Amino acid sequence: MSDDERGLGFMLLIVLGGLIFGFGLGLSNMARPEVVIDFLQFDDFGLLFVMGGAAVTTGVVFALAETLGDRAPLTGANYGRRLKSFDKNVVVGGVIFGAGWGISGICPGAAYASLGVGNYPILIAIGGMFVGAYLQGLWRARRAESAARGTSAD
Amino acid sequence: MSGLTPLLVDSLFPNGIAHYALGGLLIGLGTAIIYLGTGIIAGASTFLESTLSYVSDLPRFNKTKYVTSRDWRVVFTLSIVAGAAIYTVTLGDGWWVSEVQPWRFAVGGVLVGIGTRIGKGCTSGHGVCGVGSRSRTSFVNVATFMLVAIGVAQLLQALGVSP
Repeated sequence: MSDDERGLGFMLLIVLGGLIFGFGLGLSNMARPEVVIDFLQFDDFGLLFVMGGAAVTTGVVFALAETLGDRAPLTGANYGRRLKSFDKNVVVGGVIFGAGWGISGICPGAAYASLGVGNYPILIAIGGMFVGAYLQGLWRARRAESAARGTSAD
Repeated sequence: MSGLTPLLVDSLFPNGIAHYALGGLLIGLGTAIIYLGTGIIAGASTFLESTLSYVSDLPRFNKTKYVTSRDWRVVFTLSIVAGAAIYTVTLGDGWWVSEVQPWRFAVGGVLVGIGTRIGKGCTSGHGVCGVGSRSRTSFVNVATFMLVAIGVAQLLQALGVSP
């Protein structure tokens, strides 16, 4: 479904959800890389309550929607778990992401929110994320290409 | 209550617990509202790839799922920025700038960008939405990045990198 077909209500809900999400990231201090680094260095375990509080909230709502609900009103999409498949990329990606998170204290959602608290140096990290996302896309495309050439040569 | 419990809480949570738990609840609520209305499980990191489809012809970034979602993902991301700004001017302590060294942002940012896309999600996609969905894939991803991040941050601290 294109955005036009989804309509104004859809976009307004995205805005509302994003505002609450960003407000929460500000309130929880996750928009401050220093606080994340403090957690990783065992100086302040507050982050556990952030992730825990968020996951419990989504967990309860997701479960209720699946049990009681049928379809999402704005898109007609079925409620239901759309789980991501497991393969070695999940672990490889986790290691690379973890290294980056440990070095910078920054993850995507918190980085956007960080801009909202006035932290302009975070633009370096956001720029870096785009570079990283582009590099992995380029690398995977090249790999798929050479794999395809390899099989056709056989 | 004995004197030991508050002492332990103080040392584990020098900045208290309320801000963290309330903030987490709102992060979950933002995700939940979008899910209830649209059925979409909104992670924050797909924005990176879907936005690249505006400027790159690479087929990888122009998959239907990115092209059809890129507009609302931009709106979602700008709303996250705005939400944090609203917090800052209402309940916050005013505008704030990090003192973490720029090289950490640059190197960390690139690795986060690579890792989140290879690993199919980030702290919100796996950590909040995936764990909330009781996804085994997400539990493995979260455990992996937590352990590695703790190791790396402790190593940097031991090497005297601060902040």
